[in-house]
Amino acid sequence: MSTLRRVAGKLGGLLLTLFLASLLVFFSRFLVPGDPVRFLLRGRKPSPEAIADITAQYGLDLPPWEQYVRWIAGVLHGDFGRSLQFRQSVTTVLGDRLPVTLMLVVMAGAIIAVAGLVGGAIAALNKGRAVDRGILISLTVLGAIPSFVGSIVLIAVFSVQLGWFPSFGSGSGFWDMAYHLVLPSIALAIVFIVLVGKVTRSAMVEQLNREHVEVATSRGVTRLAVIRRHVLRNSLGPILTVSGVLVAGLIVASSIVEQAFGLAGIGSLLVGSVDRLDFPVVQAIVLLVVTAFVVVNAIIDILEPWIDPRSAAGAGAR
Amino acid sequence: MTVPTPTLAVRVLRMPKRLRGRGIVFASLAVLAVVTLAAILAPWVAPYDPDAVDFTAFYAPPSPAHWLGTDSLGRDLLSRIVWGGRTALLGPLLVVTFSTALGILLGLVAGWRGGWIDAVLGRVFDVLFAFPSLLIAMMAVALFGKGLVAPVIAMSISYAPFVARLTRSLVAAERTRPYVAAYRVQGFGGAWIALRRVLPNIAPIVGAQSTLNFGYVLAELAGLSFLGLGVQPPTADWGAMINEAQGGIAAGQFLPAIAPAVVVVLVVVAVNIVGEDLSDRIGGEIPA
Repeated sequence: MSTLRRVAGKLGGLLLTLFLASLLVFFSRFLVPGDPVRFLLRGRKPSPEAIADITAQYGLDLPPWEQYVRWIAGVLHGDFGRSLQFRQSVTTVLGDRLPVTLMLVVMAGAIIAVAGLVGGAIAALNKGRAVDRGILISLTVLGAIPSFVGSIVLIAVFSVQLGWFPSFGSGSGFWDMAYHLVLPSIALAIVFIVLVGKVTRSAMVEQLNREHVEVATSRGVTRLAVIRRHVLRNSLGPILTVSGVLVAGLIVASSIVEQAFGLAGIGSLLVGSVDRLDFPVVQAIVLLVVTAFVVVNAIIDILEPWIDPRSAAGAGAR
Repeated sequence: MTVPTPTLAVRVLRMPKRLRGRGIVFASLAVLAVVTLAAILAPWVAPYDPDAVDFTAFYAPPSPAHWLGTDSLGRDLLSRIVWGGRTALLGPLLVVTFSTALGILLGLVAGWRGGWIDAVLGRVFDVLFAFPSLLIAMMAVALFGKGLVAPVIAMSISYAPFVARLTRSLVAAERTRPYVAAYRVQGFGGAWIALRRVLPNIAPIVGAQSTLNFGYVLAELAGLSFLGLGVQPPTADWGAMINEAQGGIAAGQFLPAIAPAVVVVLVVVAVNIVGEDLSDRIGGEIPA
């Protein structure tokens, strides 16, 4: 009962945030002074057909609120309008580019999760020792390597010097694509490892000092079982929360990595569309990234009591 | 009863003593000082004109004449890095200044007034948090054109909620403290207490957060220039330099790209170390 109400409340918050975000994405165009037709057709020949086309697409002859309603109704049906640079529907263009970015983000996410969890756990178990300090310093340095720096260094070393990995394109077929995305996913992951690593470390350090761990250890439960069942399990909450925050950052940072490695994904599409003044595509991608962020965080929020029952108990007690 | 406050000069002179045993922090401050001074004094310290093309020295290797060598157009890399610090550091400085000012203002209002203002601002922050700052910056470029102006304004707005939420939580906690009640009883106005008594108390923690923000903003603005959407070539800027030097990497010419990249990483590491040290010494925990 209370669970249902909680989930409904979260869903309401999610819809409200998405609605407000869509207002921001749509009405941002109105911040540009002057004729909207001229803004949308910047850098293109304002032929009568083009003007008629763009006016019809955005309903520019309607009042702003009706324009929004038209646009959002289209978006809800998967119609983001037509791309000005490709002369195709934005949805088609996005669909072609989605697989590369999805795979890139999933591979980078896996690297972040493994490196962050293992690094943070080793640091926590060796708190105060040289290993701990070494890991913390490495994390801080890794966290200062922006993805464009990671990209060029990886290309220089592993692609140009050693010739182990390709430096351009996404290949064809699943395994070839995975192979092509090894360097890009590492470049994308580097800067985010520090977040997961530090959260894991501090959450585990906190748990390790708690009485239930001491009790379990004194009862003769093996070290490994204590860490897995009592320390790691209890540390999952904060780790998941920080992972949710990473999602949008990963998608956006992938624009830099995709550009550096010449990958035809959503990120490089965003950069190209900003560069080539293709506003319908920019709007669609911004809205997608924001939706991904809000939805993933809402899911984590909703799932939290199942992952970490203490948070539900705490909420009930309050 | 006046307690003599040490002058700035005395405090600076005392710095090394306090920093003893903090080698890394001291080194970081030194890196930041050198980079900042080089950028400010660029016309006097740069050995060459950063835009001077030398057709006889494409990709010259490091030598006494060109300490870091030259790029694909024979321009001196060291001079370009020195000059490039101007845009690369000015952008983040502006963003941090604006976002801190805006964030403190909104956070003070939300935390001090509470109620519906707090609720509305909280919802606005939630929406803004869903827009990663690099995304907002790219959208601003799509709307207003390339360069540094639109991204700086956009990112100032995008970073303000982080400062505001921190300020809000600190102010809300501070508001219930006895000293605030004491001032109220004496008849001081709410705005006066908030600005003259509460704000100075929370400023150090907010300052530490803003220092850390400086590093993130620097990396993001450099990334934007790397994408060709920020500072435009041929202007010397760290991100734009790496963008221009990308073509040379396949030909084995690494230095024109790696040199500015190393400087970016050094500065971001230094800023992070200083920022973390600040927050450690203040003892306030900065919510991630």
